[in-house]
Amino acid sequence: MIPLQSFLVLSAILFSLGVYGVLVRRHAVLILMSVELMLNAASINMVAFAVYTSPQRFAGIIFAIFIITIAAAEVGLALAIVLRIFRNRTTANVDEVHDLKW
Amino acid sequence: MTVTEVLFYFIAGLTVLFALGVVATGKVAYAAISLVFTLLAVAALYILLASEFLALVQVLLYAGGVAVLLLFALMLTRARELVPELDGAQKPFAVVAGLSLMGVLIATIFLTTWPRKADSPALINFNAIGDALFRTYALPFEVSSLVLLVALVGAIVLARSEDEEEDGV
Repeated sequence: MIPLQSFLVLSAILFSLGVYGVLVRRHAVLILMSVELMLNAASINMVAFAVYTSPQRFAGIIFAIFIITIAAAEVGLALAIVLRIFRNRTTANVDEVHDLKW
Repeated sequence: MTVTEVLFYFIAGLTVLFALGVVATGKVAYAAISLVFTLLAVAALYILLASEFLALVQVLLYAGGVAVLLLFALMLTRARELVPELDGAQKPFAVVAGLSLMGVLIATIFLTTWPRKADSPALINFNAIGDALFRTYALPFEVSSLVLLVALVGAIVLARSEDEEEDGV
């Protein structure tokens, strides 16, 4: 049997990789990919807790379904914004779009 | 070690490896392909967690939909030609932040005593998930469908081209 901790450690590693990716990448779409990694890590966590501690109540699994839904909405909207920025600026690098930087 | 354990460590290793590919590779196409494989490996993890419904959703929505959307965005922003250097100047800080976050999280996981009601994942009943989703969680379900609708309308408004706007559409 696999202990609960194994899943938690795996999701911690995945989440940290996502944080690293968000901090290090310049291209907006690559940052979005790292955000997807973090969302996946969170939903692994939810599902692991659900099946190990309260398999009759499904709260974790429902949560994972909602995370996937929100991720789909987020990707669609974020890509539209990225495309609009690219059309206006011919760049999608977040370090070149700094109009609001004081 | 049982077969399940071997499978778990194999899939977990694959997941981490491909995730590393997403954040560390120097080519945008490799990052996108790695992401697809990471998402598929996570779907395999859901099967190990006895939630085959989630695995199905993951493959259909994530590996099928989201990954294709991301690939299209990479293509439309001409990322391969215009972004020779994928990583910013803050790389050392990002490494420190990522590693320290990982250290804190893993230390917390091992220092905490988790509730142990089951030794292995219990089998999740397909029908009961649907029941819970449409009865207990009906309100969040409706709200999330509203969120999807608003997000899609917003995406269309944002992404349509300039000439259409001049026509007053």
